[in-house]
Amino acid sequence: MDETDITFFKDGFRLDGRRAEELRPVKMEVGVLARADGSCYIEMGGNKVIAAVYGPREVHPRHLQEVTRAIVRYRYNMASFSVEERKRPGPDRRSYELSKVSREALEPVILTSYFPRSVIDVFVEVLQADAGTRTAGINAAAVALADAGIPMKSMISACAAGKVDDTLVLDPMKEEDNFGQADLPIAMTPNGEITLIQMDGGLTPDELHQAVEMAMKGCRDIYEIQRKCLVEKYSQLEAPAEEVHACE
Amino acid sequence: MDRKVVVPGDLLSEEAKRSGEGTFVKDGKVYSLLYGLANYRDRINVIPLAGKYVPAQGDNVIGIVKDITFSNWIVDINSPYDGLLHISEFPKRIESDEMSKYLRIGSSLMTKVKDVDPTMKVELTLNDRKLGLIKTGRVIEISHTRVPRLIGKGGSMISMLKKEVNCSIFVGQNGRIWINGGAEDMDLAIRTILLIEKEAHTNGLTDRIVDFLKKEKGARS
Repeated sequence: MDETDITFFKDGFRLDGRRAEELRPVKMEVGVLARADGSCYIEMGGNKVIAAVYGPREVHPRHLQEVTRAIVRYRYNMASFSVEERKRPGPDRRSYELSKVSREALEPVILTSYFPRSVIDVFVEVLQADAGTRTAGINAAAVALADAGIPMKSMISACAAGKVDDTLVLDPMKEEDNFGQADLPIAMTPNGEITLIQMDGGLTPDELHQAVEMAMKGCRDIYEIQRKCLVEKYSQLEAPAEEVHACE
Repeated sequence: MDRKVVVPGDLLSEEAKRSGEGTFVKDGKVYSLLYGLANYRDRINVIPLAGKYVPAQGDNVIGIVKDITFSNWIVDINSPYDGLLHISEFPKRIESDEMSKYLRIGSSLMTKVKDVDPTMKVELTLNDRKLGLIKTGRVIEISHTRVPRLIGKGGSMISMLKKEVNCSIFVGQNGRIWINGGAEDMDLAIRTILLIEKEAHTNGLTDRIVDFLKKEKGARS
């Protein structure tokens, strides 16, 4: 984390015109894939991520099967064209780690005991990356799981906070992530139970508390967007009276 | 009817005793487990809008034989779990080496879940008059979450449909439906069922379906 000559703030606004505690614009769409049991497409600022959920279904290979509960598999993958320099396709050290922590962020709310001997597969594909892809992936995956009809104790929302120019910021974008001093992604339930927390860089204990508060506030805002997205899918079909006549 | 779209974790009620299907209780309050429609009656049930069929004892299902072992037919029942139909559950006594004479791989059958154990071993049976191999008619598949709506309260929707379209219909709880009748009647029945599936979450559906059938039949004659 070297000092660079980028100025992160201009008249109190960030490089993209946001205030320090402001999220990037979020766009979410549920049920975008016909073949998957549940799916969600999300845009968080420059991030474009698609999540697909399959299952519960039979476990292959068989030896992974658990007799008393369903297992959850989570695959985080970045498309080779998702970053500026072409990324070598396929799993690497980073994506293994992100798959693991993301799975562990979602697993606590899934009622795996309802589906013994089965698997719930979650696939997250990053189409375009702009810092914060793991949080975008978790947000999309939670919505896709709900869309697949999988029983969960609550939703999960994720968001990051960071530190640039000795100032805490919500939802860092690429420049702030690359040249900033810290990045702190968290995932939590709407009641504030944290299921994922990671940190890159350094924060003082005081800053850490503030940053967690900030990221939690961001998560709550994202939760409202997730909820709205799911509710709207069915309310727009509430009165399809004209469709009955269209069948003639 | 008091209904509302809910997502997992939504608070439904402060009274723990009203917890019904698709809900859970935490600290004396009822929350939703599913993304679906909450139904407020004495108990609050959340009806899912998607999800896989999980077999339960006593369910009528339509299965397709996918393998034959020494004494079992392995039956795909549109679920994460396969059904096992033991040779002794066939209405007639048959020998192990003759199994494929009666039910071959690919055969469709109307069957019933006899028992499900905690490890999800699903035992099926054919020992009932209305059960057996499907020889004629058509089988269609809808989401199993829409089946209760297709049957209706106390079977109102399905008995109306059977009468109106003049077909025999067997509804599997796993979302597979067998229809048998005249070619045109079957077409109409299928179109009606698909319409019910699409609009299962809306109110006043039975009346709309009656209208739809009236119109369709008017157009035909």
